This record gives sequence, structure tokens and C-alpha cells, in this order.
Amino acid sequence: MADEIFAIELKGITKTFGSVVANDNIHLTVKHGEILALLGENGSGKTTLMNMLSGIYHPDGGSITVRGNEVFINSPKDAFALGIGMIHQHFKLVDVLSASENIVMGTRAQKRQGKAALSAEITEISRKFGLQIDPGKKIYNMSVSEKQTVEILKVLYRGADILILDEPTAVLTPQETEKLFSILRRMKAEGCAVIIITHKLNEVLAISDRVTILRKGKSVGTVATVETDAKKLTELMVGRPVELLIDRPDTSKAPSLLEVVHLTVKNEEGYDALRDVAFDLAGGEILGVAGVAGSGQKELCEAIAGLAKIEKGAILFNKESIAGKTPAEIIKSGISMSFIPEDRLGMGLVASMDITHNMLLKSYKTGKPFILDRKPARALAEHLVKRLAINTPDIGTPVRQLSGGNVQKVLLGREIESNPSLLITAYPVRGLDINSSYTIYDLLNEQKRKGVGILFIGEDLDVLLELCDRIMVLCHGEVTGIVEAKKATKEQIGLMMAGERQRGEVGNSA
Amino acid sequence: MTNVINFIVAAVLSGTPLLFATTGEILTQRSGNLNLGVEGMMWLGAFAGFYTAYKTENPVLAVLAAFGLAAFGALIYAFLTVTMKANQNVTGLTLTTFGIGLSLVMGYAMIDSAGGAPKVSSELRASLAPADIPFLSDIPYVGKLLFQYNPLVYLGIAVAALSAVYLYRTRTGLNVRAVGENPSSADAAGINVTAAKYINILIGGGICGIGGAYMSLVTANGSWQPAGIVNGNGWIAVALVIFVSWNPAKAILGSFIFGAFNSLTNYIPASVVEIPKAFYQMLPFVLTTVVLIITSIRKSRENSQPAGCGINYFREER
Amino acid sequence: MPEHTITTKNAAREQAVRIVKRKELNTWKAVLLRAAAFVLALAAGGIFILMMGSNPLEAYAIIVKGAFVGSVRNPLSSIQATVIIAVPLLIVSLGLAFAFKMKFWNIGAEGQMIAGAIFASYFALRHSGMPHVLLLLTMFAAGAAGGGLWGLIPALFKVRFGTNETLFTLMLNYIALYFIKYLESGPWQGTKGFASIAQFDLNARLPNIGGVHAGWIVALMLVVLTYLYLNHSKHGYEISVVGESQATARYAGMNVRRIILRTMFISGAVCGIAGMIQVSGIDYTLSMGITGGVGFKGITVAWLAQLNPFVIAGITGIFSILEKGSGVLQSELGINAAMTGVLEGIILFFFLGCEFFIRYSFVFRKRRAKSS
Repeated sequence: MADEIFAIELKGITKTFGSVVANDNIHLTVKHGEILALLGENGSGKTTLMNMLSGIYHPDGGSITVRGNEVFINSPKDAFALGIGMIHQHFKLVDVLSASENIVMGTRAQKRQGKAALSAEITEISRKFGLQIDPGKKIYNMSVSEKQTVEILKVLYRGADILILDEPTAVLTPQETEKLFSILRRMKAEGCAVIIITHKLNEVLAISDRVTILRKGKSVGTVATVETDAKKLTELMVGRPVELLIDRPDTSKAPSLLEVVHLTVKNEEGYDALRDVAFDLAGGEILGVAGVAGSGQKELCEAIAGLAKIEKGAILFNKESIAGKTPAEIIKSGISMSFIPEDRLGMGLVASMDITHNMLLKSYKTGKPFILDRKPARALAEHLVKRLAINTPDIGTPVRQLSGGNVQKVLLGREIESNPSLLITAYPVRGLDINSSYTIYDLLNEQKRKGVGILFIGEDLDVLLELCDRIMVLCHGEVTGIVEAKKATKEQIGLMMAGERQRGEVGNSA
Repeated sequence: MTNVINFIVAAVLSGTPLLFATTGEILTQRSGNLNLGVEGMMWLGAFAGFYTAYKTENPVLAVLAAFGLAAFGALIYAFLTVTMKANQNVTGLTLTTFGIGLSLVMGYAMIDSAGGAPKVSSELRASLAPADIPFLSDIPYVGKLLFQYNPLVYLGIAVAALSAVYLYRTRTGLNVRAVGENPSSADAAGINVTAAKYINILIGGGICGIGGAYMSLVTANGSWQPAGIVNGNGWIAVALVIFVSWNPAKAILGSFIFGAFNSLTNYIPASVVEIPKAFYQMLPFVLTTVVLIITSIRKSRENSQPAGCGINYFREER
Repeated sequence: MPEHTITTKNAAREQAVRIVKRKELNTWKAVLLRAAAFVLALAAGGIFILMMGSNPLEAYAIIVKGAFVGSVRNPLSSIQATVIIAVPLLIVSLGLAFAFKMKFWNIGAEGQMIAGAIFASYFALRHSGMPHVLLLLTMFAAGAAGGGLWGLIPALFKVRFGTNETLFTLMLNYIALYFIKYLESGPWQGTKGFASIAQFDLNARLPNIGGVHAGWIVALMLVVLTYLYLNHSKHGYEISVVGESQATARYAGMNVRRIILRTMFISGAVCGIAGMIQVSGIDYTLSMGITGGVGFKGITVAWLAQLNPFVIAGITGIFSILEKGSGVLQSELGINAAMTGVLEGIILFFFLGCEFFIRYSFVFRKRRAKSS
């Protein structure tokens, strides 16, 4: 063939949601027997783009060509018919059904295929790609990586040879990630075209043949992996030479503000999400928390904020126990703590309410009894919009209509205005562009200078290393070490995230 | 012994309309739609079945007409909730209002033109009379217990059994269950969610309609007495769906148990235990409530309402 | 390469029509849209009336006339009758607004109304000797308590075990209903041999104000009170937050369980008040027909009004006019009064359908083909 036929060729794909342009004139190609990494920051439009290939979304403009034919993918069914299968970041599985039922649902039944024959077929595919699964097991009894295996099998069972994986490693340990990668290499060897969505540079370099980079909904370039390195990719991704250079002001040593001892918390399923966690945090200090997603970060924050039930252990705030207290009781006892949860619109704010009513969340109990006084909240809303340059039509706009950065400003602004002495932030820059992220770092440092103790749950190790004073690493709910950020390296933390214990821990008093 | 058999026969006879309605509503809910219009669809079926029987004297056409008009009511519901994403509870309740209203208005018009309460022909009533199968119906006890029902009873059992096979033994049934539990996952697996919902809502509604026709043709003995033909049986069916944990196979026995509560008063002599009649009628709802509470305490996912029920699905929801 | 058959047949063509989310319509356009839906509904209803062999314009005129123009002896009689229909529906719809604002699917207004009626009837039947005003106030309080407690039961199970409230409240309707049946032929039986409860003593009946029982004043007061509670009280704010996101409510230090229980008590209590007013203002006894189905109808009214108490009052008005006026159709055109159900159904169907266009729109294949 003179012209190379691509497995997939996207030309000028555009997609808007309301007034937000999620994808703008995007071009992308992938060949059979190739792994393409789709790299970009959170919110750069990677998932949206791939959802158009899998038939979930419908492009507003542009064309999709599969094996040389222009196609319209109207539904996931069409996508499967074209041999395209997507493994979504949030698994698309039916909890009450078994693995094999999830795998075969939506496919045409072969004649007289009994349960046993089906199990055999699934086991056969599993073996071919080195996967392990119990076909009869119900999804709600499965671990995250088991669920992912079912997702992969679901796609393979449909005979897909163009595979899309959306952030598949976000919930995996390094070992599980390595195993997944070897499966992907096997698929590549079998002639599959693989697209892997990620924002982790090391993974891009480890697994891909080529990289297409998206920035703010546009494709900014495609490079061969062997010809590039982390620095160049970062430049493409963020659009300027990366000078993280986050400020780390030195603050005078303050006495310990928060002490956590032997903290054990069970998650909703009844397993230990946190086991025997111990650390302390001083005023004027930023303590970073690193770890693979789901290592107990959420439970740690919620336990301190009084939102999660504590199984064992103690949480001392200025030597006073707050373990087992509800948020209301913590507020009542005069402790000024602020919590910026990971799920901003689902926990920190009410998505359908405007800025004023979201300010009320923190303060509605004050003032006259029974009657709701909106005046102070309105004043605060106006103040914040001005002070943090929140981009909104007016303070009466529902916050769900604001951009991610502005939503975070509303949330962080409200919490900071309550003058906390302890600030817990979970992934405060997730989904934010670089500029908004710096605004957030500046705001955190400003609080640090004021003597506020800050617990910073992060995912980007570079940021953690530059912003924090110390970094605590969690793995499967246990602390594998606490290190001095200035002296630590990324590799060291990476190993600790995978479960390797740090020798000679650094305490606050050290 | 005869008394016991009479009692069981009575239970089956009054449980059959419930069996139709329950099976229909199970199919509907299994696709993720709670349709509170069962009572309305039964009324539509009651009228259409009666009117067709009255005019054509053909019982098969009557059953088909009942199915058709009730399915038309279900179509309105399906269009509004599946395509137009309207609130399921409100749409279902409206369908009940509309279905009862429509059947009554048409029914009264029928009375006016007949110049009195219309009655289907005796031939038609004979075709819905208890079966007389040579040999089988004549077996002592067993014959009466199993082989002397009207044909609609056997149709009801067959419909429920087929529905169970469809839901649990076919790929299409698996797809429907997936849609009802998690439409987004089903969609991603290549299942046509909209089609699955429409088909199940329509068929389910039609089956409810046959239940209504049973009430106007068999229970009311083929004469149109508009005051209370369906008489709340649609609501009892909604309860039954919970009681039999969304399983059509269990619905067969469940319907007859609920039917038994209706006939119980006539068979338990006041000298044995004196329980006010009202409590027998209340019992199905009390039992259902108890079942509902127990399943929620045990957090039994398999025996709960399909998780997608009540929530409309829009693929591009962000 | 894994083998599979590529069937591009399905994907060769773009689907003819698909649904997309649009920028939400502004208030003005939304009102216009709903008005258009109402007109279309009347037109659709008209077609049905035409099919029944009557003139739709004449029929609508009769309905409106029937709801407003009274007899020669009492020109207000029709309006009074319309108001009597409106009162319980209005109160129940208001009661449901509390629960719905919290996204608690209370389908149990029928039962809560009945429970209120039963509690109130107890005092009417057994303590009718109390001073008139005191008796009525006691009945009022009892009605509220009865409805509130009946509403509290599903809420308790909801917060404790997560029991599905839609199905639970539905079941409780029938348990309450058959309890009346028990009372009728059991402990509260009026005359031996008849399954009915005795008429209330005059002392236990609501006074008339302006030719209608005093319930209409209670209903109007409740409109204002509901508005103030939902929009200008701390409790109302808590209800909104819990309805939107329980996680956020907990985060903000709200006691979610207490809020759910409290709100469901109020929701049930208001419905219970409707029950009390119905027995002491209209029926003067307790019977199984007490609710007249307003518990279900109220669900549609509250939803249609998007839980705004003043809009609830307006929609209640429309439905009551329809119901009262339809009663006249029989004598004037020979159409049965059940016509009200058909018309109501059609109007609701159109309203339910039109909500779609506020948030979504259809995109047809041609339009895009041109643009690309």
C-alpha cells in the first residue's frame, strides 16, 4: 500500500459543551501494532476526544476515519462494530452482575452457548493476554484491579483491535501498572492499536511509541517517544518551559498544631482504609501527602474533618482530642479548621446554588435565630469575587456554570475567610490550568506565613517536592515514611508509594 | 378438603389479574423505569378488552385490543420519560389519572349508546368459562385444582414464566437487566438503552392491560360496571413487584398468595378467628412493607429495586 | 491481528436525530414555552372532545362557566364549590413541596392525609364536648401530629437502613386506607349493620367563612408560611442543601438525619392538616373516600409548580376549575364528569413533555451536514 492506512485518523474534531469548547480542531492518528499516548493536563480534553471514538459523545465538527473509511460513530455499539473498545476511567460495570455477564452483555448470543462454554471462552482470552479472572464473581465483590481486568476482557471479547484506555494506572500500584503494561505490549504484538490516556510522563516514556499532546482542547503536536524526553513533553503539555519554581517561604518553627496517633479508619466496605497512621503538623508548615489514588487520602482528610468514623487512634488539635466529633461539634468547640475536599462540587459546594448561597454553607447558623440572613454572605461573595478575581457573570450564577479554577477560588476563598488555623486541602489544583494553580499555591503560602498548618494532599510529585516542607507517603492506608521535601527525590518517594518503607523517618522536631 | 380446594381456586382466580399486572410492571422496572401508571393501564385494558369483546365477540381480539390500548398508554409514558426525560413518578401518576378518565368517559359513552349496562354475549362468556379438558379436568381433586381454570389463567402463568425465561435465560434479558441497573454501563457495552426501555415499557404495559381485561371480562363476568372494575388492583400489583423481588417466576406464587388474602375472609369461619375484613385487605401492603424493610436492612442488592429505576438516562450527561 | 468482522454498515450514516443539552432557557422563554404547552394541551383535549361528538369550544366554555357562575339563588355557589375542591389539593401540594425540596420522594400524601383525618376524628367523635374553639384547635393539632407521624415512619427507615421511600410511602397509603375500613365496621362504627362512621357533632365542624369552610383561610396562610419557611429560614436552607447533596450537608456540619426526619414530619403534618380540614369542613365524618385522590394529584401539582408555593396555588386553581367545571359537562353535553381525568392527563402530559425543551434540544442530521 502506498498510503499507510491508519487504524484511526481524526481530522478537525470539535466538541463544545454549552459555552465550553472541550475539543478544538483536533488531529490524531494511530496505527495497528502501535501504542499511542494521549498526553495532557487534566481538563485538556483527552477523555472527551476518546469518548467520541467510543460513541459516547458526538462531535460537533470534523471527521473520523477508521481503517480508511469515514465513519459516524453514533453509539458504543457502532464503535464495537468497528473494533474500537474503550476502558473508561470510571468503570462501566454493572455491580450486581458477574464478571462473565458483564463481559458478554450487549453482544449477540452464540447459539446454545452454556455457562460453561462461556467461562471457557473467557478463560481462553484471558490466557492469551495473561489476564486472570474468576468469571462467576460478582463485580461488587471485586477489587479495583479485578474490575479493570473485567473491563479489558469486555473489550477483547468483542474482538476489538483498537483499544482506548483512560487513565488506567490512576488506581493501580506500580506493580499492577507494570503488569498492565506487559499486557498492553502483548496486545501491540498481536497487532492491536492502543491509545492510552495519561498525564504521567514516566508512563508515556515507558510504554508508548508515539505521543500526541493536547493542551486546552487543542492538539499541539505529535512526537515519536524515542525522540523526546520528559522535559520536552512537559513543555508541549503546559505550553512553556516548565519552571515550576513554586515559592516555599521559610517560617519560624511553631509548636505542633495537629497530632495524629495510631489512626485506623474503615472504609464503606468495612476494610481498613487507614491503618495505624501517625504524624504531626506544626503551624506555619505545609505537610504534603503523596500516594497512589485511593491509598487512604480521602479517609485521612475526612477523619480529621469529623466526617469519617474513627476505628482506633487519636486526633489531637492543640493537645485537645477531636476524634469522634462531628463537624458541628468541632465548630462548636471553637476549633477553626477548614477542609477543601477533593470533590468540590459534590462536597465543598452546592453545584446548583450561587456564590452567595455557597458562602452561607459556612455561616448560615450565625445571626438571628431561625431566620436566614443572606446579607453578610452576599457581602462576602462580592468581596471574594473582587479579591480573587473570580470570573463570573454575577454572584447569582450557579457555581456549576463556573470554570474549575473559579470554582476552586470560591471554595478556597470561603474557607480562608473563616481564618482557620488548620487547613486541609485535597488535590486543590486538580483540573486547574497552570495559572490558576499558581494562584492556589500563592494563597496556600500566604496562609502558611500567617501561621496556618496545612495538610496538602497532592498527586504531582514535582509540586509536592517544591511546595511542601515535609512529605508523608501513604501506601494502602499505611504511612511508609515522612521525608524532608528539600532532601527527598522523586524516585525515593515513588518507591515509598509502592510500599517500600523509609528508614530513619524525619519527625517535625528533627 | 373441598373447602381447601375451593379456597385455592378462588385465590388463583382473584390472583390472575395481579399476575398479569405484576409481570408487566416487573418487565418495566427491570428496564429501569418505575411506572406508577399500572392502575391506569389496567383500566385502559379493561375498557378495550370489554369493548372489543362486546363488539366482535372474539376473545382473542379482545385480549389483543386490551394489550394494544394499554401499550399505547405505556407508549405515552415511555416517550415522556425515555425520550423527553420527564420525571417518572409524576408521569406514571398522570398516566393513571388519564387512563382511568379515558376508560370511564368511553365506558359511559358505551353505556349511553347501548341504553343500559352493556353485557358481552353468552358465547363469549362461555369461551372464558372454566376449562373442561377431557380426562384431566375430571381427575378427582387434582382436576379441579389444576385443570378447571379459564384460559386466561393459563395465559397469565405462561406469560409470567416466559418473562422469567426472557429475563434470566436470554442475552436480551441480560441486556435489559443491565440497562435497569446501570444504563450508562449498559450503553458503553453496546446495548441500545433507548430501545430496551421502550420495548420493555410497551410490552410490560400491554401485559398490565390484559390484567385489566381479565377484570372486566372474567371478574365482572362480562358486564360493564364502571364504578370499580379495576378497583385498586394496579396498586396492589406495584406492591407485589416488591414482594416477589422483581422476579416474574416468583410472581406466579406471589399473585396467588395475594389473591388468597382477597378470598380468605370467605373461608375462615368467624368462629375460628375473628379478624376484621379490613385487615385481610391491608395484609398485602403490610407484608410488602415488611419485605421492603428486610431487604433494605440486609442490603441485598439482588433483591432490591433495579438501581437505575426512577433516574432517566442521558448519554452526554457530564 | 485478532479477527473480527467489521460492519461499517451501522456507522456509515449519522443517526437522523439526536438529543443535545442546551444552554438553559431564561425565565421569560420558559414561561412562554409552558404557555404554549398549555394551549397545545387544550387543543389536543379539544380534538378528543370533538371525537366524542361535542364542540370543544362549547365544552371549555361550559367548564369555565360551571366553575364560576353560580345559581340564581346563590351566584357564588359555583366559586364556593371550586374553592372547596381547591383547599385540600392546595394544602397537600404545599406539604409535598417540603419533602420534594429535599428530594425525598414522598408518594404517601394520601396516607398522611388519612392519618391526620383519623387523629382529628378521634377527638371529634370521642371528645366532642370540649369547647368549640378548643376542640377545633385540638383536632387541628391532632391532624398535624397524625400526618407528621405517618410521614416520619418512612423517614426513620430511610435514614436508618436506606429503605426506598417511594415504595414505602406508597404502601403506607393503603395501610392507612384500610385502617379506616377497619374503624368503619369496628370500633368507630356509627350504626350497627352499616359500615360507616357517625356524623360529627356540630361542635366538631369548621365554621363557614364567606360561604366556604374556614379551611381556605388555613390554606392561604400555609402558602405564605411555606414560602417563608422554604426560602427565608435556616431550616429551609438546610432542606435545599440536603436535597442537592447530603455529602455537602454533612461537610457543612448539618445533622442530615435530623433534617430529614424533621422535614418529613412537617411534610406529613401539612398533609395531615388537609385531612383534618376535609373531615371537619366537608365530610363531617371519616370515610374511605376522604382524600379523593388529592394525595396523588398533589404530587403532580407540586412538581409542575417546581415547588414554588405561589405557583402551586395557581396550578391548584386551574385543576380545581377543570374538576368543578367538568361536573357540569354531563348535564349540558352528556359527557361524563370523568372527562376531568382525561383533560388533566393531557395537560400534564404536555407540561411534562415541554420541560424537555428547557434543558435539551433535538439536532437533526441535515443541519449538521450543511454546517460541516
